[in-house]
Amino acid sequence: MKEAILIGGSAGAFKCILSILKAIDRTIEIPIVVVLHRLKNSKSNFESLLQLNTHYTVKEIEDKEPIKKGILYTTPSDYHVLLEHDYTFSLDGSEAVNYSRPSIDVVFESFAMIFKENCMGILLSGANDDGAKGLKLMAELDGKTIIQDCQEAEYNTMPLAAKNSYKHHQELNVENIIKLLNNEYK
Amino acid sequence: MINLSELDDLLFAIKKQFDYDFSNYSKASMMRRINRFMDLKGMKNGVDLKFELINNPTIFKTFINEIVVNVSEFFRDPSFYKVLTTAVFPYLDSYANINIWSAGCSFGEEAYSLNILLQENNLLHKTRLYATDISTNAIEKSRKGIYSNTNFKEYTKNYFECGGKNSLNDYFVSDGKDSIINSEIKKHILFTNHNLVTDGVFKECQLILCRNVLIYFDNELQERVLKLFYDSLPIYGFLALGKKESLRFSAVYKNFKEIDGIEKIYQKIK
Repeated sequence: MKEAILIGGSAGAFKCILSILKAIDRTIEIPIVVVLHRLKNSKSNFESLLQLNTHYTVKEIEDKEPIKKGILYTTPSDYHVLLEHDYTFSLDGSEAVNYSRPSIDVVFESFAMIFKENCMGILLSGANDDGAKGLKLMAELDGKTIIQDCQEAEYNTMPLAAKNSYKHHQELNVENIIKLLNNEYK
Repeated sequence: MINLSELDDLLFAIKKQFDYDFSNYSKASMMRRINRFMDLKGMKNGVDLKFELINNPTIFKTFINEIVVNVSEFFRDPSFYKVLTTAVFPYLDSYANINIWSAGCSFGEEAYSLNILLQENNLLHKTRLYATDISTNAIEKSRKGIYSNTNFKEYTKNYFECGGKNSLNDYFVSDGKDSIINSEIKKHILFTNHNLVTDGVFKECQLILCRNVLIYFDNELQERVLKLFYDSLPIYGFLALGKKESLRFSAVYKNFKEIDGIEKIYQKIK
């Protein structure tokens, strides 16, 4: 079965992602796509930091490559990422959405339309409201949707915006997100 | 929103009626653009859209302009232009006349950026730049060469990072709201319509730039277009792709030498 986990976030999300990756069971191999807002043209050691903390192989998405198990995908800066019907990625350089490219909304919407109930979207800390629209669509298409506990999130604008546009997302702290992932996919 | 079979149906109708073939465009991006267009026009479903397109000839032109991605900026990816000026320009200088093709030129930012750098490297006087796009609207806007001042701070920063020698303002006349490109920079460019899907080789060019266009095509069309570029280049001619595009998986790869693997600049060697 084709399935995927999508994790979106901005300010304050990176350390949560590291905690999640460190703690999920090593037998889990469902593809993970991480969409984190980053500065344009910035060179960072983001990928290598992720790699140090996970049993997944960390890889930046390339145009038209098929999505595979055991890989944690990161999105190249300055491009949106879309999923094709044959489960390959496409890059897209169209206008920024919510001042962001990649935009979490764009990635979540595209994956939700292909995977429907077979995807999980997790929206973490962030200081703008990107992701709310995408997570809502994912929920409406029967995907599992989770927002970080608005009390816990370092910047809660992002999870709060998702909560305000759709009431039925599960709101969990990082510890419980980890438990849920291990329950669901182990 | 439309689904996949409605999309295929629509693209087939467009091909039959208007002779535009989008069947090998990447579906995910097409779908997103079409849904956006339908939102904009208040259309509810694929049937509405198909009806409007076929029965209302003026809407088709708007449709084409909206569904192809025309996003660009001056000196996008400064590191790319830096390699271009240091590794490719000296080679171009050995020609008495230089032909360059900017394929998928959007609103002309790339073509004008290039001409500014050619001017500063004393190559512009012998250069002819052909800038093409599928969108008529993009070509018309490119020809006008008028750009909003909003992003000029970033453009100026990019320009200097590219190794710009003067001031970006030297190349524009600004009225506080918009800037218009100088006629000196403009006169060496021919902006014209060209469809990479259906049109063939139109000119031998020693440098072809096609940046962030191939990502909108499926593998089959990417391959066809790369073959078209191969056929349009003389031996030792250069091909520049977008930062996240690559020749690596193409059949023509063996005929090219990688000049810069990060900036995706290649030279035809056989």
